[in-house]
Amino acid sequence: MLRTRGWIEAWLLLVPGFVFLIAFTHVPALVTIWNSFFTTPRGRRPARWAGLENYETLLSDPTFWKVLKNNALYAAGTIPLSIGIALVMALWVNRQLAGRGLVRMAYFTPTVLPMIAVANIWMFFYTPGFGLIDQIGAALGLGQTNILGSADTALWGVMVVTIWKEAGFFMIFYLAALQTIPPSLVEAARIEGAGGWTIFRRITLPLLMPTTLFVSINAVVNSFRMVDHIFILTGGGPDNASSLLLFYIYEVAFRFWDTAYGATLTVVLLAFLMILAIGQFVLFDRRVHYR
Amino acid sequence: MTWDRVLNTLGAWALALLWVLPLAYAVWTAVHPAAFEARFDLLAPLTLENFAKAWSAAPFGRYFLNTFLLVTVILAGQFLLCTLAAYAFARYRFPGRGILFGLVLLQLLIMPDILIVENYKAIHLLDLVDTIPAMALPYIASGFGIFLLRQTFLSVPKELEEAAQIEGLSSLGILLRVYVPPAIPTYLAYGLVSVSHHWNNFLWPLIVTNSVETRPVTVGLSVFSAIDSGVEWSVINAATLMTSGPLLLAFLLFQRQFVQSFMRAGIK
Repeated sequence: MLRTRGWIEAWLLLVPGFVFLIAFTHVPALVTIWNSFFTTPRGRRPARWAGLENYETLLSDPTFWKVLKNNALYAAGTIPLSIGIALVMALWVNRQLAGRGLVRMAYFTPTVLPMIAVANIWMFFYTPGFGLIDQIGAALGLGQTNILGSADTALWGVMVVTIWKEAGFFMIFYLAALQTIPPSLVEAARIEGAGGWTIFRRITLPLLMPTTLFVSINAVVNSFRMVDHIFILTGGGPDNASSLLLFYIYEVAFRFWDTAYGATLTVVLLAFLMILAIGQFVLFDRRVHYR
Repeated sequence: MTWDRVLNTLGAWALALLWVLPLAYAVWTAVHPAAFEARFDLLAPLTLENFAKAWSAAPFGRYFLNTFLLVTVILAGQFLLCTLAAYAFARYRFPGRGILFGLVLLQLLIMPDILIVENYKAIHLLDLVDTIPAMALPYIASGFGIFLLRQTFLSVPKELEEAAQIEGLSSLGILLRVYVPPAIPTYLAYGLVSVSHHWNNFLWPLIVTNSVETRPVTVGLSVFSAIDSGVEWSVINAATLMTSGPLLLAFLLFQRQFVQSFMRAGIK
């Protein structure tokens, strides 16, 4: 009797949260999959069963393959670099340093800015002829550049902005982890005669492993989720050279109003995130105890 | 030893300079007349005119109000719903607990941010397009918030709760009197993270809003600085700084708390 009352109480406590959680995350995720098997309703024509048609379109859609490749390149380019920079930042800020507070602030500030604002600020660097990069280039006698306007470099320009924005954010997690490493460990290693590099490689780095994993997963999710800057910097162009998967989904669903194909593209995104979820579960299982 | 130190200090400072450069440059152009956009003259006259121009060229006052309403609604909803759910997970044993908690954790990876197509349909169905609730609803129940608060609630000693039970407190009374007070630092941390996250959110508000009355500052800024609008760079930069201003100012004033909040929220 008392037990059932506890159950009911618990369920009642969960109801409000789960209504919203399920209505805006789990249900839409499942409906997305369902709708990817239908056509887009247009005007008076309702959606009809399409089987695998949308997926056939997907496989033969060169833009899809392009944004997928872009997204892979974007992830491969931004994640290791921003994590590496974040680690270096954290190591620096964690030691005795003149003006440590200022340095830490400089690293972290981009994190607080909206991505839209960040993109605006960088736009000013990149503008051909007029932006700072070209001004400096002109002073050095170099020609004009058009980083965001040419297909070869647009994505790289976007990646630099992402790294600038994210490194300081990841630094925080490393900083938190560094502060939990007992100083006695480092001291003991020193007494044994270990140099700075050995201490870093043998003690610091292994102890930071869980943080690196956590930050990496965050970074991967962000590389799929964060496309705000693309709206300002390149609009996905030129010729989709800097478009990412979510940006393409937005274009398909809200510019061309092809919601069924948008759903099909979202399924691909969901599949990636599910793989990540399973991977995280396997990797983290023995490290993090959810109790 | 000392060499090592000098090199590290130099490196740290060089990187810090590189990192503030873009922002410093934006500040430079915003507080100088357009003629000095790319001319660095220490004696260039300072001006606030760019801010005044930006403020009068677009309804930024309204945008700020919308953003303020948005983050407030989301934060209030998150505090309430996440507290209740976290309490259930931390204190009760009930059938379905594992599965339900799994669903919560799943939202850490599969976020509403990527489900724009179906969520837009849902909002359309509810006839809420172009309203503040439309922007807020998908984020009101946060898996991250539930997870974070549950971790905090788990660290509350069982004896405190038993004492409260003997005193005759109800379940909700125990939640409010025993569990919430020691969790206040977590609420603060989570609050800062949530506010800055939703202040900066762009894609979803862009999709569900289409009028001045609902647009938050991020969307307003993107409309304002659209390339074909022909607005001067210095004015765009002023607007950019203005929209990030309140957060930036709060960050500079409460730097330590901010950094610690993000750390606290990040440690699982």
